[in-house]
Amino acid sequence: MSLAFDALLALALLWSAWRSLATPDLTRAVVMFIVFGLLMALAWARLDAPDIALAEAAIGAGLTGALLLDALGAFGERRGGDRP
Amino acid sequence: MTPGLLYALTGIALFALGLAGVILLRQTLRRILAFNLMGSGAFLVLVGLAQRGGVVDPVPQAMVLTGIVVAVASTALALALARRLAEDGHEDG
Amino acid sequence: MNAPARLAVVGFALALAGALATAVLDLPAAAVDLPAAVAENLSTSGVEHPVTAVLLNFRGYDTLLEIAVLLLALLGMLAVAKPEAVAPEPSAADPMLRFLASVAVPLMILAAGYLLWAGAHRPGGAFQAGAVLAAAAVLLHLAGRLPAWASPSRMLRLGLVGGFLIFLAVAAALLAQGALLRYPPAHAGALILLIEAGLTLSLGLILAGLFLVLARRPASPRAGVGEEGKS
Repeated sequence: MSLAFDALLALALLWSAWRSLATPDLTRAVVMFIVFGLLMALAWARLDAPDIALAEAAIGAGLTGALLLDALGAFGERRGGDRP
Repeated sequence: MTPGLLYALTGIALFALGLAGVILLRQTLRRILAFNLMGSGAFLVLVGLAQRGGVVDPVPQAMVLTGIVVAVASTALALALARRLAEDGHEDG
Repeated sequence: MNAPARLAVVGFALALAGALATAVLDLPAAAVDLPAAVAENLSTSGVEHPVTAVLLNFRGYDTLLEIAVLLLALLGMLAVAKPEAVAPEPSAADPMLRFLASVAVPLMILAAGYLLWAGAHRPGGAFQAGAVLAAAAVLLHLAGRLPAWASPSRMLRLGLVGGFLIFLAVAAALLAQGALLRYPPAHAGALILLIEAGLTLSLGLILAGLFLVLARRPASPRAGVGEEGKS
């Protein structure tokens, strides 16, 4: 039963990782990457690593997400504001 | 199959996906995303492989904790470099 | 890149994944029992949480080098940022966001203090506490209360390197007594807490700096387009 959950989580990890590389819209790619970071935090919790889960949620998803979203704004700005 | 082994195999798949992405993708930001996927895959292999017997191992956990912080620093440095490239007129994004 | 080359890269990645997976499945059980070794020495480490013991005692030099790597990354970012790029004036942010920041930031600082203290005997520690501090700084920036960094002031520089310097001073003092970062068991707990407190502050500042250095905008008329969307 719990292995089924792990398998589902592994599939969700791979799917979100794939979408963050393959989706045509850059904004959506960054959002998918943040989703991937949150799923990673879940995976760490499943691996009995609460320390890493805390760090991944705060740093991997939170801070990296903020960095990437900010970079998105900077890159879009230079291209004449073609991105919201 | 133990959860540790399952996550280690997932990590391998993520690493390969990221590696292909780093080589194939054109946009700098996507390459940085792909590079991060490679890092996450390596972390999963490190912890998953050590815990494939089902015993919690604090040593790789501590290493991955360090690795996550270094990964965000390298991501920020990569973004700073990418921004400088873009500011100096090299098309990317 | 043309289609055959792309196909070759995909094929290479798949072959690598297959080879790695085969190797992982064939791997014999580990010859060294690290969890048992950690559990055996935990009583002399000064803390009760095994991950903290590994991070700051058994493999303390990893953490020492890690904070140095973080400082280098921040220095590199300051070096490659355009000199004329200026910190934009804190914009008048959404009142809702400003209210949220004024409520959440004190709580986040409290949570960071708790995480630092909890690290000795349960999940938590300097890394998580520093990350929460950095998140508080990012929230303050988004709420228009904290400007982006143009160049760190003298006080800020001291805070950035403080954690590294404390760690290095402890390491050097212990080296004079025999071995690098081998704490005397009687004082290990206090020394680890001292190092962790310094690390929390410096990690928080460095991680916040990673964001705040990148948040600068070039001082050209084009700047400002993205600012409204963010505030």
